[in-house]
Amino acid sequence: MSPHPRTAAGLASLALTAAVLAGCTSTAPDAGGGPGPITVTGTDTACEVSAAQAPAGTITFRVTNAGSKVTEFYLYGTGDRIMGEVENIGPGLSRDLIVEVPDGGPYTTACKPGMSGEGIRAPFTVTGSVARSTDGDARLAEATAGYSRYVASQVGELVPKTQEFADAVTAGDVEQAKALYPVARTYWERIEPVAESFGDIDPKIDGREDDERDPGVPFTGYHRLEKDLWVTGLQPDSPAIADRLVADIGDLADRTTTVELTPVQLANGAKELLDEVATGKITGEEDRYSHTDLWDFQANVEGSQAAVAALRPVIDAKDPALGPVLDERFDALDTLLQGYRAGDGYVLYTELTPDDVRKMTAAVDALSEPVSKVAGTVTA
Amino acid sequence: MSPWQVSRRRLFGLAGAGAALAGAGAATGYGLSAAAGPGTGVIAFRGERQAGIVTPAQDRMHFVALDLTGTDRGAVGDLLRRWTLAAERMTAGLETADGDAVPANRYVAPADTGEALGLSAASLTLTFGVGPALFDKLGITDRRPAPLAELPRFQGDRLDPARSGGDLCIQACADDPQVAVHAVRNLVREGFGVTEVRWSQLGFGRTASTSTAQATPRNLFGFKDGTNNLKAEEPELLDEHVWVGAEGPDWLRGGTYLVARRIRMHIETWDRSNLDEQQQIIGRDKGEGAPLTGTGEFDPADLSATGPDGPVIADDSHVRLASAQENGGVRLLRRGYNFVDGSDGRGHLDAGLFFVAFVRDPQSRFVPMQRTLARSDALSEYLEHTGSAVFAVPPGLADGDDHWGRALLA
Repeated sequence: MSPHPRTAAGLASLALTAAVLAGCTSTAPDAGGGPGPITVTGTDTACEVSAAQAPAGTITFRVTNAGSKVTEFYLYGTGDRIMGEVENIGPGLSRDLIVEVPDGGPYTTACKPGMSGEGIRAPFTVTGSVARSTDGDARLAEATAGYSRYVASQVGELVPKTQEFADAVTAGDVEQAKALYPVARTYWERIEPVAESFGDIDPKIDGREDDERDPGVPFTGYHRLEKDLWVTGLQPDSPAIADRLVADIGDLADRTTTVELTPVQLANGAKELLDEVATGKITGEEDRYSHTDLWDFQANVEGSQAAVAALRPVIDAKDPALGPVLDERFDALDTLLQGYRAGDGYVLYTELTPDDVRKMTAAVDALSEPVSKVAGTVTA
Repeated sequence: MSPWQVSRRRLFGLAGAGAALAGAGAATGYGLSAAAGPGTGVIAFRGERQAGIVTPAQDRMHFVALDLTGTDRGAVGDLLRRWTLAAERMTAGLETADGDAVPANRYVAPADTGEALGLSAASLTLTFGVGPALFDKLGITDRRPAPLAELPRFQGDRLDPARSGGDLCIQACADDPQVAVHAVRNLVREGFGVTEVRWSQLGFGRTASTSTAQATPRNLFGFKDGTNNLKAEEPELLDEHVWVGAEGPDWLRGGTYLVARRIRMHIETWDRSNLDEQQQIIGRDKGEGAPLTGTGEFDPADLSATGPDGPVIADDSHVRLASAQENGGVRLLRRGYNFVDGSDGRGHLDAGLFFVAFVRDPQSRFVPMQRTLARSDALSEYLEHTGSAVFAVPPGLADGDDHWGRALLA
């Protein structure tokens, strides 16, 4: 949660006025032009894609999980811009990824068994291009529409994951709830600036115990349950707090269907996510009871990268030197974070040494400076 | 501010109005030293020597030591070029780039942080140096001169690694603390991704005179400090004691070495010492600053004079042990500052002297003196060295596009 919710409230009104941009990508070609679905068969060690290229337009991947781990599938553009993704495909299940790719060029497919790491990657070529306007406004509109797809994909996971977490709390299954807490928060932390744009929701979902509240407003949300699970033990009202969290997340999900951030808000969101890392995660402040801060850290960085990636065509058009710097700094931070992996997650904040924290600070500073240039670049 | 001094606010206003003055410098960032001169508050950035060494010591300092975060020589060279552009502009009293504190596009994060708008150049000098570890990191180990090595441990040292060493340093001195802090802050920001701050130190009052035109200031023990300091008006002594000569590598010849020591002073116990004890420890009288064998501050100390209880200037007095006579004729150019970094959490002020000295060879000239002081100086009882660093300070920049580190990294 931002320490300055006033600015978040200000963003909300901007966000709603920008919704008109959303319609601009509806001119994309229809799926009928394509040659039928490309099949993807993922196992725990392989990712077989039935075709390595496709014509520009709408491309459909039918992803089947033939492995034993939950998997996900991505199509990336330059700079790991997420063109589309489908997450949480359980063993034996199939899901479709339908993605609009108007520009020909090199892309990358990736299966992520276990839903972590770089994934099993392969090059994928898109040929030709579909007719569309190439003026700057269209690029910006595509950027915001692309980010909206990202938000939708994250909300699509946030809702069921939070439900599972709440169910575990209600069932009194402390170990299961503890395991699910950082997983559910991952989806929240990736899109937190969007949630913060609704000034009234963020304090309910992500408020801290010591935040100032109006009289009679209780401490609710993830961190209240975090305290119950790790410090005080489940309380008589813990199930009610869990229900309330599910309802607030549902409220958020409903509202995000109408939100469309402006390019400036997208760029600022990318920066704010890194600010969150600098002030909340590197300090161990955010998850002060569970010490799962590095999960949130990674999610904030991923969310920032997604917002920057959505703007990437605009960035490349206006300042070709900035994109490679962003790639390099995101990679460096990711490489650093991967060194703190433990099992499916991360080491606890309390296991970090002062030198670890210093390295993280330097990597976040190094990334945050070029990210802070994105808003000015896309509006130049 | 004298009417001749150039105010950033005024420049900013002119730039906003489309006037050419601020823009002329911004086009290249070079050639701004022409604005320097007596009474302008601007110290020339370029010249035979770097500014901030024999420049009359300004009132305030912000010193920063940085580490490289990578090993890419090209990235470091690029940063040093950008630093030089920004540094030259700031010493001329300008923003880091033209109009950057309040950019026309309101969605741009201002490149200049803005807190120096409306302030004069305030005699800002920015002095650049490189530390011993930089050479291995950049794969130029063979270019490291032998004297550029961390100092040995001295008796009683309690060095904090977080206040010691560093791959690069920037010494910012100015007559306005905000101008010095602004300069360091903006250069640190420019460095993210290539450098990170290792430590930094604020100094609020100069403890040395580097010109005969300056009165000798006092340190936090209340004594005049650096009476016998080398001065800008003594070029032959500077050549002998400060500037690196033919013994040094090309990139350093005409430059010098900077020795920094953060010296915590236990002022609370010192203050309970009677005047006689204080004067015996220092070897000077407190009021005038005269050696105990004389009556005027600049009277030479007679180290051979004896009284009824032995030497008038005690064997373990600071003046004796730090004197050129006792150190094989060695002299330093001292340019230190008093500091008070808040309190220590145990009810005492975290106060002391940020000792900075420029010397031709730290190993052969500073180390023996400091070894003697650490072992024998009566003053040591009141001192605790908590930080230490050595940097090589290249000579000044030529006009044109010469920049920090160019000769070293070429």
